[in-house]
Amino acid sequence: MDRRIFIKTLTGAGVVAYSSLLFPNVITSKKSKNFLASDFDLVAVRGGEPEIMFDRAIESLGGMQTFVKKNQKVLVKPNIAWDVVPEKAANTNPKLVARIIEHCLNAGAKDVYVFDHTCDNWQRAYRNSGIEKAVRDSGGKMVPGNDERLYQNYDIKSGKRLRTTKIHELVFDTDVFINVPILKHHSSTKLTIAMKNLMGIIYDRGYWHKNDLNQCIADFATLQKPLLNVVDCYRVLKRNGPRGVSLADVATYKALVISKDIVAADAASTRIFGLEAEDIPHIRIADQMKVGTKNLSNLKINRINLN
Amino acid sequence: MKLSDLKKIRIFFSLLFFLLTGFLFLNFIYRVNPLLFDTVIYLQFIPSLVNFINVPSLFVIGFAIVLLSTFFLGRVYCSTVCPLGTLQDLIIYSSNKLSKKKKSTFEKEKKILRYSFFFLTLLSPLFFSILIINLLDPFSSFGKILTNIFQPILIFINNTISYFLFNLNNYSVPPTEFRGVELPSVIFSLFLFFTILTLALLKGRLYCNTVCPVGTLLGLIAKVSFLKIAVDESSCSGCGVCQYSCKANCIDKSNKSVDYSRCVNCFNCFTACKTDGIVFERRYKRREKRESVDQSKRKFLFDTGLYSFSVATFGLLLQKIIVYKKTLIPESRTFPVSPPGSVSLDHFNSNCTACHLCVSVCPTKVLQPSYLEYGLLGFLQPRMDFIKNFCNFECKLCADVCPTDAIKKIDIAEKKLVQIGKVKFIKDNCIVVTQGTECGACSEHCPTKAVYMIPYKNLFLPELKVDYCIGCGACEFACPTIPYKSIYIDGNEFHQKAVMKKEEELKKEFIYKEEFPF
Repeated sequence: MDRRIFIKTLTGAGVVAYSSLLFPNVITSKKSKNFLASDFDLVAVRGGEPEIMFDRAIESLGGMQTFVKKNQKVLVKPNIAWDVVPEKAANTNPKLVARIIEHCLNAGAKDVYVFDHTCDNWQRAYRNSGIEKAVRDSGGKMVPGNDERLYQNYDIKSGKRLRTTKIHELVFDTDVFINVPILKHHSSTKLTIAMKNLMGIIYDRGYWHKNDLNQCIADFATLQKPLLNVVDCYRVLKRNGPRGVSLADVATYKALVISKDIVAADAASTRIFGLEAEDIPHIRIADQMKVGTKNLSNLKINRINLN
Repeated sequence: MKLSDLKKIRIFFSLLFFLLTGFLFLNFIYRVNPLLFDTVIYLQFIPSLVNFINVPSLFVIGFAIVLLSTFFLGRVYCSTVCPLGTLQDLIIYSSNKLSKKKKSTFEKEKKILRYSFFFLTLLSPLFFSILIINLLDPFSSFGKILTNIFQPILIFINNTISYFLFNLNNYSVPPTEFRGVELPSVIFSLFLFFTILTLALLKGRLYCNTVCPVGTLLGLIAKVSFLKIAVDESSCSGCGVCQYSCKANCIDKSNKSVDYSRCVNCFNCFTACKTDGIVFERRYKRREKRESVDQSKRKFLFDTGLYSFSVATFGLLLQKIIVYKKTLIPESRTFPVSPPGSVSLDHFNSNCTACHLCVSVCPTKVLQPSYLEYGLLGFLQPRMDFIKNFCNFECKLCADVCPTDAIKKIDIAEKKLVQIGKVKFIKDNCIVVTQGTECGACSEHCPTKAVYMIPYKNLFLPELKVDYCIGCGACEFACPTIPYKSIYIDGNEFHQKAVMKKEEELKKEFIYKEEFPF
C-alpha cells in the first residue's frame, strides 16, 4: 500500500472516530425518541383485535423502543399452561404474543425467547395453544420450560412465606422481561392475571400450594421481574377456570391492559372482569407489601376506545 | 431370478420391518401418524390374532396372511416380519463380522422343551390369563426390550445433548418427558435381551425354534408347506457349506436332510451352496424313494392332529377369561387404573400382550408397565401411574397405536367422557383444612370440573361431583401433600361414561356499562 494513501485513510478514520465522540447525538439521533416516553402509568384499550390494541397501547407508551434497546435479549412470558385451543381462552392469545415479538424485533432486539412451565404436557400445550407457531412465524424462539435443570435457585429477600425458589435461567439471561398473562377465572385464587402468571417461570409450584398460595404469589412479585405487563383481556374465561370446561365459559371482552406496575395491571384487569381488587387475596396482599398499587385513582391512565 | 437372490430380498424386507417397527417403539416425537402404526404392525402374528379374536373383521387378518404364506413358502415370517428374529440376525451378523465366522452345526430339535413352551402358551389363556403369551410373544418381547432399555437410553442421550446446548443458550433440541423407569419391567426386559443375545451368539436361532410359540406354530405348518427347502442329492457335493451357513442349525449334512419345521427361510444356504445342491421344491411331487409309506402316513396324522389342536385352542381364546386379581396396592385403592378405551380391567388384562407400544408413545408417560398392580397374571401390562403424571385430556395416542385392541380405538370426544376411575377426597389430608391456607391445585388441573371449590371459612375447599370425573388423575398428580395424597383416583373395574358439565352459555360479547370500569 502506498504510504500516502495509508496516512490519508488513517487520518480520515481518526477524524470520523473523534467526531463521533464529540457529537454522539448525530449518530444516535434516531433513538432520541426514547426521551419522549409517555408518563402514563397504565394504558387500557378496548374494542379492537388483540394485535391492533397492542399497537395502540405500546404507541401511547412511546413505542417498544422505550423498553427494548438494540441487541438486547427479550423474554416474553405468555400463559401456555393448558393443551387447549385459543378459543377456550385458557392460554394467552397467540396473535398478541406474535405482535409483541414483532415489536421487540423491530426495536432491535437480538433474540426474543418465549416459554412457560406448563401444567399439561408442554409440547402439546405449545402446539395446541397456537403459540408455538405464532412465535416461530414472528421470529421468536420457543424454549422448553418443564425441566428442572433449566431452573436456578434464587432468594426472595422480602418474601414472608416464600424465601427461596427455583427460577428459569432465561429470566436471568435476558435483559427485558415482558409478562403477557391472560385474564381468567381461577378456582382457588379467584382470578389469575399478571402476578399469578409468574408461577410459570418457577419450578416447584407444589411448594407454593403447600405454603399459603396467595402469600407466595405476592412474595414472588416483590422481585419485580417483569419490566412490562401486558394483560390479554380479549377472550375472558369467566368460570370453571383456570382451564375451563367448554366454550360456553368464554366471553369476548376485546380489551387489553398494559402497565409496568404489576399490581395495577392486575387491579385494572380485575375491574374489567367485574370484581374488586380488594376481594382478590393475592392482589390485596401485594398492595399491602408495596409491590405496586391497586388504587387506580392515583394512577395516570390512558384509556383508548377503538369502537 | 436365481435362488441365491432370495437372501437379498429377505434382507431388504427384514431391515424394512425392523427399522419401521423399531422407529415406532423408539421415537419420542409423539406426532407420528397412527396409520403408520397400524400398517407396520399389521402382519405381526400375535397382536393381529388377538385383535381378530376381539373384533373379527376383514381389516385385521394379518395373522391369516402369515399363516397362508407359511403354508405356501414356510416360515418366511420369522426372517422378515418378526423384529425379534431380525434382532437375532443382526446379533449373529455382527458377531460373525467381529470374530472369526463360526461354522454352524446340526443340532437336534429340543422337542420336549419346544412343545412344552408351545402348549403352555396355548393352554394359559384357558386356565390363567394371557400372561404366558405376554412373556413369550416375539413382537411384545421386542417391544419390551426397546421401550424399557433402548428408549430410555435414547432419551438420556437426547436430553444430555439438549442440556449441553442449553448452556450455550441454544434451545433447538428440546428435552423430552422422562418419568423414570419401572424397575421390574426393566429387569425383565434385560433378562429377555440377554437371553436372546446369548442364545443368538451361541446357537443361532435357537430361541425361535425352542422358546417362541409363534415359531413353533409356524414350524408345524411349515412341515406341510407347499414349497420346502431340501437337498438335491444329484447335485449335492456333500461339502457341507449349507450346514455351516444355517442359522437355525436345521441342515444335517451327513443325512443330507433339512428339518423344515425349524428352517426360518433365511436363504443363506442358497447363497452358500456352489453346486445348486440346495433347492426350493414342491413338497408333494412324486419322488421315488426315502420314507416308507407307513412313516409318512404316521407323520401326516401326527402333524394334522397337532395343527388342529393348536388352532382349536387358539380359538378358545374367544371365550371370556375371568381374571383373578389379587390387589396388593394400598387398601384405599380397590382397583388399578387401565387406560381409556380398555373397556374394563377384564378386557384389558385378557387382551394386552404387554408389547409396551402404548408406554413408548405416551407423551406424558402416565402409562407405565405394572408390577403387581393387576395381580401376578397381569405382570407388565401397562397401567395409569398418577404419581408419574396424569392423562392428557386431549390425547388418545395409546388407543391409536394398540395393536391388539386391548385399548379399543376411540374418538377424542368419546375419550373425554370415558370414566376410567373415580376421584376420592380425603378432607383431613387437605392443606386447606390442615393448614388453613389456599391451595386448589386439584381443581385447577381438573379438565371436567369434577373437582370444584366451595367456600370454606375464608378459603376454598375441594368438593367432588363424581359424575363429571373421568379419572384422568390430574388432581392426584397435582395434589402437593406427602406422603399421602389428599385426592386420588380409584380405578373402575368396568369403565363408565361420565357426564359432561353443562352450563348456560355466557353472553358472547360483553357489554360494558361504562366506557372503562376505572
